Amino acid sequence: MAVYFQKREVVVPGQLLAEGRYRSSFGTWMDEGGKIYSTLVGLAELRGNTVKVVALEGVYIPREGDLVIGTITIVAGNNWKVDIDSPYLASLHANNALRRPYADDISQYMDIGDVIAAEIIAYDRGTGPFLGMKGRGLRKLTDGMILEISPAKIPRVIGRRGSMINMIKDQTGIQTMVGQNGRIWIRAPTNEILQLAIKAFKMIETQAHTSKLTDRVRQMLEEGMAEIQGKEPPSKDAVDEEEPSEPEPVEESADASTSLEVEEPAKRMEVEAEVEVVEDDAGPVAEEKSEEANETEESDTKDDEEVKEK
Amino acid sequence: MSPEQKPDSLMTAEGLRFDGRRPDEMRPIQMEVGVLKTADGSASIRQGKTYILAAVYGPRELHPRHLTLNDRAYLRVVYRMATFSVPDRKRPAPSRREREISMVIANALQPALFLEEFPKAVVDVFIQVIQADGGTRCAAINAASLALADAGIPMKSLVPSVAVGKAEGTLIVDLGDEEDKYGQGDVPMAILPNTNELTLLQQDGSFTREELVEAIEMGVNACRYLHELQKDALKRAYSKRATEEDDDEEDEEYDDDLETDLGEADIMEDE
Repeated sequence: MAVYFQKREVVVPGQLLAEGRYRSSFGTWMDEGGKIYSTLVGLAELRGNTVKVVALEGVYIPREGDLVIGTITIVAGNNWKVDIDSPYLASLHANNALRRPYADDISQYMDIGDVIAAEIIAYDRGTGPFLGMKGRGLRKLTDGMILEISPAKIPRVIGRRGSMINMIKDQTGIQTMVGQNGRIWIRAPTNEILQLAIKAFKMIETQAHTSKLTDRVRQMLEEGMAEIQGKEPPSKDAVDEEEPSEPEPVEESADASTSLEVEEPAKRMEVEAEVEVVEDDAGPVAEEKSEEANETEESDTKDDEEVKEK
Repeated sequence: MSPEQKPDSLMTAEGLRFDGRRPDEMRPIQMEVGVLKTADGSASIRQGKTYILAAVYGPRELHPRHLTLNDRAYLRVVYRMATFSVPDRKRPAPSRREREISMVIANALQPALFLEEFPKAVVDVFIQVIQADGGTRCAAINAASLALADAGIPMKSLVPSVAVGKAEGTLIVDLGDEEDKYGQGDVPMAILPNTNELTLLQQDGSFTREELVEAIEMGVNACRYLHELQKDALKRAYSKRATEEDDDEEDEEYDDDLETDLGEADIMEDE
């Protein structure tokens, strides 16, 4: 029984991390002798008796339940092929996106080049990712902008139970959706605020593995917002123009693993009229997730006990 | 570049090599990670006058489709020499030698990689020799494995590689160009340092059984040294990025972040 790394140490592939009664998980491999090595460049972590490495680089590998932001590349009969910035092209079937009945030519709803927010409803090694758009906030994105950052940094952008992303929203008043595939949709009232928000996300990306990041980002945003508001009061008007009497979407359901960001209803209706995106059975998504989380927590403690017994 | 000349003797009377190295001494080596912005992972290596860039893209969608492997990612290595990398201009068309070395490098790297995590995809490794001064295939493996790690491809271990040769009856490590050309033989090898497995072993020239065993031993030792340099280069690249005002007050908040970040589901999967 021994651990050979410091907390949050930067480890390299092949580095011996632990030996003895430890369990290997993400970013590690175990040889026949029970020694655990890292497979990635990343930060080593020990939780209970589980060793893992938090990756600092890497492409997006789909996981069921993830919110992703993708671009439609092919319209093929009754499904769309969607680029989600992953090694695998995702498939979105019309049944999972439109309310029936829908027209035969589905390109009238969404066409090549359209950007969508969708959820991964099925994925495993054999069958490429399948998307669904029947969830709250899942729709075609018609305005705002997409920022791409490294997918490995997304957990940090969301923060613990959404702490980081909520803080950014509170500070700047932007609307945003964070896809697990490294794409962030931003809609800001003014260009200055948009630039500030981009700066904040970029800051998180470059400093993802440093501590007290939320505080530093908050400070940066506070200073930035003060400057914007102090410098040019007319921007206030711009805000009112673009966002007529809309309350901020403060309520948050998302925990870090799902991050289905809630959209404000007014705008959503607009888009709904445009594209027939079904959003009715949306509520349960978030709920289910939190239940899942609870379950895993339980099993976590169970496992610990088991190991102790051994 | 001046026309090169064959040195009178590859070994001096004092038992040193013609460039002043001891038989088991490597050339000065510099490795750097993350040198190319647009690549997913990249590394450069300078080994003596040899200078090589390696870039890794992927895992990404594989084209042409018919190469697809259903159980793992396809590892596509392209080793190329710049036209100006050697004294006589190299013709720019891909040569037989380049294709062979590409394959050899792919075979040397493959055992270290967990390619089965990305079925049907491809991992592209592009190796460009900017300046060739002997030992390019070994230096290329060193750089490529660093670039793969930089790209976040899961791997058992980095892959260090070195060539051991023979000049005037003496076994010498890390051949330079002249030793390669005018020496008596050359055994390039690559290892997985954790298990001491050889992933590359080639030979030209003739060696006795004893010589070959000793050559492999010298090579493994040199690889261990190279492995340290590789680890150092990687850690240097990443801790440099990490240090930007890293105030190290121990913080509950951060640790909790990491827990939720990865999602509990990850950890439970293997139960």
